[in-house]
Amino acid sequence: MASLDDLKKRIASVKSTQKITKAMKMVAAAKLRRAQESAEKGRPYSEKMNNVILNLSNGISDKENAPKLLSGTGQEKTHLCVVMTSDRGLCGGFNSNIIKKAKNYFAKILDEGKELKIITVGSKGNDQLKRVYGDKIIENISFKDSKNANYFDADKVGKIVIEKFEAGEFDVCTIFYNQFKNVITQIPQAQQIIPLDNEGEDSSSEESYEFEPDEDEILSNLLPKNISTQIFKAMLENSASEQGSRMSAMDNATRNAGEMVDKLTIEYNRSRQAAITKELIEIISGAESL
Amino acid sequence: MSEEFKVEIVNPEKSFLVKDDVSEVVVPAFEGEMGILKDHISIISFLKPGIIKILSKSGDANYYVEDGIVEFKNNNLSILTSTIFNLADMDKSKLQDLLKQAEEEANKTDINDQSKYLADQKIEVLKTLN
Repeated sequence: MASLDDLKKRIASVKSTQKITKAMKMVAAAKLRRAQESAEKGRPYSEKMNNVILNLSNGISDKENAPKLLSGTGQEKTHLCVVMTSDRGLCGGFNSNIIKKAKNYFAKILDEGKELKIITVGSKGNDQLKRVYGDKIIENISFKDSKNANYFDADKVGKIVIEKFEAGEFDVCTIFYNQFKNVITQIPQAQQIIPLDNEGEDSSSEESYEFEPDEDEILSNLLPKNISTQIFKAMLENSASEQGSRMSAMDNATRNAGEMVDKLTIEYNRSRQAAITKELIEIISGAESL
Repeated sequence: MSEEFKVEIVNPEKSFLVKDDVSEVVVPAFEGEMGILKDHISIISFLKPGIIKILSKSGDANYYVEDGIVEFKNNNLSILTSTIFNLADMDKSKLQDLLKQAEEEANKTDINDQSKYLADQKIEVLKTLN
C-alpha cells in the first residue's frame, strides 16, 4: 500500500488536474456559444446556394455539356478525400470519429481498386492518418493561426480542390467533417462535393427560370463558389462540434477527477487511521509486557 | 393587393438582412442594372460590383456589394453575397480603403480580363460614392 505521503501527493496532483479540466470546460463552453451561433447563422447561405444550384441543374437542358464540376468527369477512378479535423487535441472522440469514418471509406475505395488521394485540414487528422495512409496524403493544410473559421480560409481550400480537379488529378471529391447536432451529439459526415450529389433531393419545382447571363455561364461561375461554401459550412460545423465535444469531454474528466479525489481521500484517511491504531497497539502491548 | 415582397440578403457568416415590406429592389446585375418589382418572373442572375437599392415602406436603404448571386422566386428575393456594406454605415476612410484595394488589384499585371473588369467596376462605383 502506498505511504501516506504518496497518497497526499496524488490527491494534490489529481486536484490540480481537475482545476485544469474545469477551466478548459469553461473556455470551451464560452467558445461553443460563439461557434454554434456562427454555424447556425452560416447555414442559410449554404442552403440557399445549394437550392440555387439544384434549380439550375434541373433547368439545364444540355446535360451532356454540363460543366464537369456538376456532372463529374464521367468516371470515378481517383477519389480525393478532404478530411477536416481540429488543430488541438483533448476534445474527446471528435477527431477519432471523423478519422474512423474516413478510414472506413478509404478501405472501401482501396478494396474496389480505386486510387485514393487525401488532403487533411487540421493537424490532428494528419497526425492520425499519416501512419497508415502517409503516402496517400498529398496536402496538409492547417489554420492554426486563425482564431475562428472564416470564409477566406475555406476559399483557400476550395481553390486548391478546384485547381487539382481542373488539372485532372481526381474524379470524385468527398469531404469529411462532424456535423453539430447538439453539445453531446456530433455526427461524422461524408459529403460528396464533386460531382455534385443531388440524389434524393429531387426538387419538385418544375418552374422555369430566366437566366441572365445564360445557364452555362452562371453554373461555371457558381460551382467553384459552391465548393468553397460547402467547405466553409463544414468548417463552421466542425468548429462548433469541436468545442461541444471538448466541453463534454472536459466535463467528464472533471467529474472523474472528483471521484478519484474522493476515493483517494478515503484511502488516505483509512491508512492514517490504521497507522494510529498500529501505534496504539504497540504502546499498549509494550505497557502490558512490563 | 399589396405590392410588397420579401428580400433576404445572406453572406457566408450570417443572414445579413431580412425585410418583407419591400416594394422595389434595384440590383447591379452583370448585364446592367435590374429593377425587381413584385411578381417578377423567376430569375437567377449575377451581381457585379455596385449598389443595391432597396425601397420599402420602412425606409430606403443602399448597400454596396462586390459580388453575388440573386435569385427571385415566388416573390422571394434572395441575394447571396460575400462582400456587402450598408452605405449608411460607411465612412470616408472605409471607402478609401476599399478603393485602394481595388486599385491595387486593377494594377496587377497577372490578372485575367474578367478580374480586371471587376476591379475597374469597383473603382468606378467607389469613385462615384466619394
